Amino acid sequence: MSDAAAAQLSISDEVAIQIIGMHKWYGEFHVLKDINLTVNRGERIVICGPSGSGKSTMIRCINRLEEHQKGKIVVDEIELTNDLKNIAEIRREVGMVFQHFNLFPHLTVLENCTLAPIWVRKMPKAEAEEIGMQYLEKVKIPEQAGKYPGQLSGGQQQRVAIARSLCMNPRIMLFDEPTSALDPEMISEVLDVMVSLAESGMTMLCVTHEMGFARKVANRVIFMDGGEIIEENEPEEFFNNPQSARTQLFLSQILHH
Amino acid sequence: MAETTQTYEPGTHPDLPPPLATTGALGWIKKNLFGSPSSIALTVISVYLLYLILPNALNWALFDAVFNAGSRAECRELGSGACWGLANVRFSQFIYGFYPEHLRWRVNLTAVLFFLAILPILWDRTPYRQQWFIYSALFPIIGYFLLVGGLGLEPVETTKIGGFTLNVVIGVTGIVASLPLGILLALGRRSQMPIVRTLCVMFIEFIRGVPLITLLFVASTMLNYFLPPGTTFDLILRVLIMVTIFSAAYIAEVVRGGLQAIPKGQYEAADAMGLRYWQSMRLIVLPQALKISIPGIVNTFVGLFKDTTLVVIIGLVDVLGVGRAALSDAKWQGLAWEVYVFIAILFFICCFSMARYSLYLENKLHTGHKR
Repeated sequence: MSDAAAAQLSISDEVAIQIIGMHKWYGEFHVLKDINLTVNRGERIVICGPSGSGKSTMIRCINRLEEHQKGKIVVDEIELTNDLKNIAEIRREVGMVFQHFNLFPHLTVLENCTLAPIWVRKMPKAEAEEIGMQYLEKVKIPEQAGKYPGQLSGGQQQRVAIARSLCMNPRIMLFDEPTSALDPEMISEVLDVMVSLAESGMTMLCVTHEMGFARKVANRVIFMDGGEIIEENEPEEFFNNPQSARTQLFLSQILHH
Repeated sequence: MAETTQTYEPGTHPDLPPPLATTGALGWIKKNLFGSPSSIALTVISVYLLYLILPNALNWALFDAVFNAGSRAECRELGSGACWGLANVRFSQFIYGFYPEHLRWRVNLTAVLFFLAILPILWDRTPYRQQWFIYSALFPIIGYFLLVGGLGLEPVETTKIGGFTLNVVIGVTGIVASLPLGILLALGRRSQMPIVRTLCVMFIEFIRGVPLITLLFVASTMLNYFLPPGTTFDLILRVLIMVTIFSAAYIAEVVRGGLQAIPKGQYEAADAMGLRYWQSMRLIVLPQALKISIPGIVNTFVGLFKDTTLVVIIGLVDVLGVGRAALSDAKWQGLAWEVYVFIAILFFICCFSMARYSLYLENKLHTGHKR
């Protein structure tokens, strides 16, 4: 509880992400319906829901990996439009971690980390490498810096992916099912890194089914189904006293197996 | 016997040598030549076939061959095998065509400079590689003036460039120019922009859909109709352009195969980091796609290099043209075997080198992410 209390303090009134009346279609298929969400700086939001509910699609709209067709998304006071300059600016400030890591297999671990700072932030190579090593130490794998991603375990690869995103010094981090592709014994090493990141005050949006992580770290849990936000609440309330029948069913399915 | 019964305390077992005939030359022979009944049968049959073919082939090519002779009749007096005297006497023509004799040092110099120019490209541990690239980039200009003349060098008509030199000039230019063009076409074919994509698809499908010979004929004859009267447009230059676009269309499809093998997540990760299109292509996608495409690219290059002999049909005298001229010489008539074997060896050396280099490159770029 003291964790949560400390966390409450670090949330500011400043708005980091604002989504207003967003809709998205894949061809004829209406995948996101009237999404409204405001995320303040320092918030840690966990998004859950059955597969196909649109949760990944929603967070992928925030950095324009997916395009929305209606409504408004404002990230860091920049509106996402077709303006490539805005998109580039938002992507510089928003880090993303993927389910399948998506490390670059032809580059070493350290090169994976320094690539974006060097080419996007135009940072000198030596400085980028110093920062890269700092973050690799933070995720506790500095000794793997010279290896290629193919030589690491899944958990190590995902920690490298997190370090790679942090090297850009982002103001917001998006996690798209970061532990779903991992063996059970590797999940906790990745979650540990995410918890310490949350403690440092990072604004985080996580699509995940790790309910323990949600209880411990999130200040808000969002439940999505059929492309809509069904329910939204603080973790204690969400888990102990879910409002809608759909949420109750979902929770009973994932918690009692 | 004592060896097999020897026991050790746990944790103290020493490294023993492997049993006899499992490693080394003996082990290799046992494993690869006599490993199973079918392997034994194949070994015996192969040895028998070699016994039938090899002695005759070696006798013809080496032991009974005549290396120095002035005519076919002289050859026949001296030995019953191949008459390499022909290749000997006409050697410089095979290599240089009708390039003026007193200027042939320029062709040799170009060849030496060419090898120096590709060294830093082929070998990544060349000292001062970055600075050396500047020279590599300048080489095409240097090579052009050396071969054709100008800038104080005695000019040589391009039609005088012939023999194997011509094959190499067309082959190398085609290879160097078609790779970047092919990559651009492959990217264009996957572009989001409909006009770019349509143009690339049309170009690739049209060029790939017609035989190279027809393109060469277009280059040699029809282009004159399309161009304004009075324009002189060098024949070899036209051939170079045709060979390049022909090969580029093939390279484009090979590279597209490589591009499609790159998982979508790689593009997304690059996008999410804020890399721009050309950055993500150059830094993330193409290094991986080209690596996968190496066998196909080299395959296309080998094909292109051998196809350079087609220029003989539009009247350029490449190494095959020189060979045909040699065969029509009354002194040497009937020596088709020697001529074509000699030409085959020239091409084999070049193509085999390319194939070996591509294997070396594949091994070098292997970073352990294949499981």
